[in-house]
Amino acid sequence: MEKIIDVGTYIETGINSLEQNFSFLWTAIDDGISWLVDNMNHLFLLFPPWLVVLLVAVLAYYLKAGKNRFNKQGLKSAIGLSFFIILGFSFIFLLGYWKEAVQTTTLVLVSTFIALLFGIPFGILTAKSKIADALIRPVLDLMQTMPAFVYLIPAIFFFSVGNSPGVIATVIFALPPAVRLTSLGIRNVPAETIEAGYAFGATESQILYKIQLPLAMPTILAGVNQVILLALSMVVIASMVGAEGLGSVVYQGIQQNDIAKGFESGLSIVILAIILDRITQSIGSKK
Amino acid sequence: MENSVKTKIRVEELSLIFGKNKKLKEKALEMLKTGVSKAEILKSTKCTVGVNNVSFDVYEGEIFVVMGLSGSGKSTLIRCLNRLHRPTSGRVLVNDYDITKETNKELLQTRRTEMSMVFQSFGLLPHRNIIENAAFGLELRDEPLDSRLKKAQEALNTVGLQGYELKFPSELSGGMQQRVGLARALANDPEVLLMDESFSALDPLIKSDMQDELLQIQEKVKKTIVFITHDLDEAFKLGDRIAIMKDGVIEQIGTAEDIITTPASEYVEAFVEKVDRKTIITAGKLMFEKPTVIIYGKDGLEAALRKMRTVSVDVLPVVDKDRKFLGFLWLDDLVKNDKSQNHSLDAIIRTNVHSIHKEYTVEEMLPLITENKSPLAVVNQENGRLEGVVSQTSIIIESTRYDNKDIDKLKSQAKEFFKWKK
Repeated sequence: MEKIIDVGTYIETGINSLEQNFSFLWTAIDDGISWLVDNMNHLFLLFPPWLVVLLVAVLAYYLKAGKNRFNKQGLKSAIGLSFFIILGFSFIFLLGYWKEAVQTTTLVLVSTFIALLFGIPFGILTAKSKIADALIRPVLDLMQTMPAFVYLIPAIFFFSVGNSPGVIATVIFALPPAVRLTSLGIRNVPAETIEAGYAFGATESQILYKIQLPLAMPTILAGVNQVILLALSMVVIASMVGAEGLGSVVYQGIQQNDIAKGFESGLSIVILAIILDRITQSIGSKK
Repeated sequence: MENSVKTKIRVEELSLIFGKNKKLKEKALEMLKTGVSKAEILKSTKCTVGVNNVSFDVYEGEIFVVMGLSGSGKSTLIRCLNRLHRPTSGRVLVNDYDITKETNKELLQTRRTEMSMVFQSFGLLPHRNIIENAAFGLELRDEPLDSRLKKAQEALNTVGLQGYELKFPSELSGGMQQRVGLARALANDPEVLLMDESFSALDPLIKSDMQDELLQIQEKVKKTIVFITHDLDEAFKLGDRIAIMKDGVIEQIGTAEDIITTPASEYVEAFVEKVDRKTIITAGKLMFEKPTVIIYGKDGLEAALRKMRTVSVDVLPVVDKDRKFLGFLWLDDLVKNDKSQNHSLDAIIRTNVHSIHKEYTVEEMLPLITENKSPLAVVNQENGRLEGVVSQTSIIIESTRYDNKDIDKLKSQAKEFFKWKK
């Protein structure tokens, strides 16, 4: 069929000119992300695996048990998670994917950090301003529904191959729930509680920091949990542009038609996902 | 009200219109001033009239209740007092200072120091414990931590919540949560308390407790309280004066007794019809002032008889020369006495009768008239002088809402009944 309007070309021209005119910016972002990812990987791999696993297990216990961390009740509720973490990581270690698991975790954590860095302020903005909400909402829809492969192409264009385009693609895909749930949480704060704040002479920023954000926190944390899981679901796609980790092992499995490799790395991703999900959920459920 | 009381809040020709933009609101205001109905204003400008040209004064140290059904604009009105809503026109003077013209900074200061508000569904912060909630207002105005906690603790003691400081709001019952709301307001030590349907979300028994508690606290702290409610009984129980609102307009302002005895409009009349008048109407309202009296030591037997005939009653109060109340004199006794040729009144004045003060309510007077057939003498509490007389009939009329004819009918029925019994 004949093409009548040529949107693709316009976008291509636009992206080309962005690439050429702002190359310093892309380099800076690339360097920043690479630095963060490399150093975090380095830090995690510096210690022996058993120590890292133990630390994560203790951290998970600490978060999950909350106030009851030193009594029987806390032990009952949280020991299962710690046990699962030790078992799960041991399994990944025995499969020989410890290094890849660490790389994937780093990628997820860095992507989540960047997504929250932008997502939460935008969430606050959309909750407070109807105009901002009307403008940002369609952008979020676009970010979530546009097939991820589509923006992998410009990502390579800007950042070449490596961890950075993987992180950027992951951030784009995982950011929307951070905005949406922050916005939802703030809008669900009872009007009378906010009114009470104003009646006692609170300024706008006191309303935000002392009332809205604390009351919205459970919802925001649910958003964080969603961001992490979405980031994990992107690891395979990110590996196509050169991101390291379990995703790239799955990708190799596909390319080499290696069933064993594919399943081993896939199982490792599932275990990692469960662990990250349970840990972040236990932060959210704390009073 | 005496003239010496100070006006704390003065509201002058206050109107508030909800609408999309200023132009439409101004148009609506113009229409409102020329007497166009709310429905028509809504139709042509899409603006809702919240409060329509309301003026009133709130005196220092009183509980001023604004009563109205939902949609009457009462909650909107109270929010104009601390400018949570900005009035479209009119003035709100607090301590003679116009709040509608304050800058934002001044407004924050007013809200932080002069006025505190208590809400219907409490508006507490679920992530903070009770003492932190009570100290919230002080925290907002940047008081140092130790004085903040000290004042919050005092306020919690005032509302009877000592021992609960470290609990969280979700661990407390509704009544106790509202005590925290009240403590938060009191901790700021404001001059004015704004209470928006503060007890409406509580169940009836707790509500009644809280009302009593508020009255007790008010005895101690003597704040100026503006209280919003849709509950007439609550309004009458708490209010020194009451304003009744309908459709954004104040229909009547007055004491409970004023409103019941002289309702200003049919709406108010219909509204107060079902109220238990017995607890509100007082002897002062029911008594005949300046009744015919027999003056002891001056009027003799003949004079007493003559006086009774002229006003055609069979009982009159007896006072001394200083108008001090002594007792009642009955026609029957007089006639009997006349036959026995005894000319002194001393023996026949009945002195073991009840005397009451002006503040007695009908409810309190009822048992007195069933015990004793005589009318009730209303006596000045300080000097013992007779101020008036409350007849049995008027008490019965008040408590039963029968009119005179009904009572006569009942009386004759009773006579028949007793005849038949004999």
